[in-house]
Amino acid sequence: MSLLEVDDLAVHFGGVKAVDGVSFAVDEGEVFAIIGPNGAGKSTIFNLISRIYEPTRGTIHFEGEDIVGLKAHDIARLGIARTFQNIELFDHSTVLANLLMGRHTHRATNFISDLLFLPKVRREERAHRKRVEEVIEFLELEAYRNKMIAGLPYGVRKVVEIGRALAIGPRLILLDEPASGLSVEESQDVAFWIEDLRRDMGITVLMVEHDMSLVTQVSDRVLAVANGRPLAMGTPHEVQKHPDVQAAYLGTATGDDAA
Amino acid sequence: MRVVFKKSYDRDIDLHEHWQSRGKMAVLAIIMIALPFLVGNYYLAEAANTLIWALAGMGLMIAVGHTGQVSLGHAAFLAIGAYTDAALMNLGLPFLIAFPVAGLFAGLFGAIIAVPAVRMSGIYLAIATLAVFVIVEELVILLDPITGGVGGIMAPSISIFGISFDRYASLSNFYWLVLAVVILVTWAYANLLRSPTGRSFLAVRDSEVSARALGINVTRTRALAFGLSSGVTGLAGALMGHYIGFFNYELFSIFISINLLLVVTIGGLGFIQGAFLGALLITGLPQLIAILRDGLNANFGIDLGAVPGLDTMLFSVLLILFIIFEPTGLYGRWLKIRTWFEIFPLARRDMFRRQKSYLKTERMK
Repeated sequence: MSLLEVDDLAVHFGGVKAVDGVSFAVDEGEVFAIIGPNGAGKSTIFNLISRIYEPTRGTIHFEGEDIVGLKAHDIARLGIARTFQNIELFDHSTVLANLLMGRHTHRATNFISDLLFLPKVRREERAHRKRVEEVIEFLELEAYRNKMIAGLPYGVRKVVEIGRALAIGPRLILLDEPASGLSVEESQDVAFWIEDLRRDMGITVLMVEHDMSLVTQVSDRVLAVANGRPLAMGTPHEVQKHPDVQAAYLGTATGDDAA
Repeated sequence: MRVVFKKSYDRDIDLHEHWQSRGKMAVLAIIMIALPFLVGNYYLAEAANTLIWALAGMGLMIAVGHTGQVSLGHAAFLAIGAYTDAALMNLGLPFLIAFPVAGLFAGLFGAIIAVPAVRMSGIYLAIATLAVFVIVEELVILLDPITGGVGGIMAPSISIFGISFDRYASLSNFYWLVLAVVILVTWAYANLLRSPTGRSFLAVRDSEVSARALGINVTRTRALAFGLSSGVTGLAGALMGHYIGFFNYELFSIFISINLLLVVTIGGLGFIQGAFLGALLITGLPQLIAILRDGLNANFGIDLGAVPGLDTMLFSVLLILFIIFEPTGLYGRWLKIRTWFEIFPLARRDMFRRQKSYLKTERMK
């Protein structure tokens, strides 16, 4: 059984078929990439999985459980974390506080014990902090620990967002264009981290990415979509060679166009 | 500049990270406790009033400063607190029961209102809370047997274990009572901000969509924040009733709501300290104007008493100036001045520019 199974997924906004009949399955321990031209519906698939949009039809199963009936805030509890294409961090908090917010699903205290700051709360805080420090060490964020997000460079913010998703302690992480806007060195770092995520932490990765060198380097399988419809699925090499994919990116060489 | 060398996570979890700041709080607490021996009755009563306003300001700060929910209706929660407390005490319940129940009742009312209201944000939420205020105001007039209707009601005298805490008969005791409540609420508020609940408030304020992705139930979190906010404001309302002595619905007018918003915005959105600085300004400025007015009249023969609404005008000018030049409020300005001295002579003029531009667009949405 696959970790995540998406079957005949579709969402229509009025007449616009943003996603229309997409099916794929992500196996445990796999790095699975979704590629496609702008407006192909890649981020929409992510938003459907994280329950921000209501699918028109189709099913999404995580570890065999149907998650279409769940609310957006129930998804993290299952062990699905995500990042956003246009960084959605908490700007007026420090890096540390942002990462601690990622531990929300693991909280065992309620607001009354929090208001009184009972010894239990302190113990919990220490445990959360320990987990967060592991993430900070893994992503080499030590220098930024107490910095405000609002003052950080773009590349660091991207990393903090991955860190916040890791703080959840996920089994599946959805990365929405992790390398967009990064320098060549920074996207190389991202490639190494994705490798480590899979190898050392056993986290399955589902990502949307435009940077084909990154996709080729890290992903086991690739799904290409265009206009909300699936084009091809297979190894990065196979998908890149697929005539439909080439047509979607470069246009079709038929009739007058070819001349 | 002080560098704190941290050897344990507890240094970050503690309320104060070094003994100097702990010492400063202790000194402040001692001065506040000793105040009845230092100043006369007039200023002591003013100090109690300022503390009550700071309490109400902290209430509103939870909603506006820490969860980004603007409320124009917080005078309603002051009223609910004041009338519940007075009504329960008139039934014969002691203050020690009536007071927390009044806060609890205002809090529950706020949380119930919040469930539909928090789906709105920004100006729409402000209008919805304004509507709540109008409804509560009408209810106060209609519930004549409990609230005294238009005529008003007398706040019963407070007595705890036989000791009088009456605002007129034993002002020092009343002041200490108010101080104790304020210290307790401030402590709980500070605890909130260093715990998961407080972090979830900030998360909801800064990015709803990623708060959801982290497993935070946005509706419930906002309702909780609004409930806590109105509960604390309800406590302040109960104390305000006792402070004024005899009050009717006019005590809790829309202007009180607006003044409360002034307290949190001029004081500094997102800082507990801001509520105190704002309260100091809002209660101190009219006094200052009065003193100036008397002085001008006596020494120069200029009669400012003939100028109506002078303090309202001053407040509005202040608010405009703060929003344009210092969106982080008095406390934000203080932080900047402190940083300037701490890192002297390394401060640069543009050091806070980025932060400023962020605050202008994001905080109040």
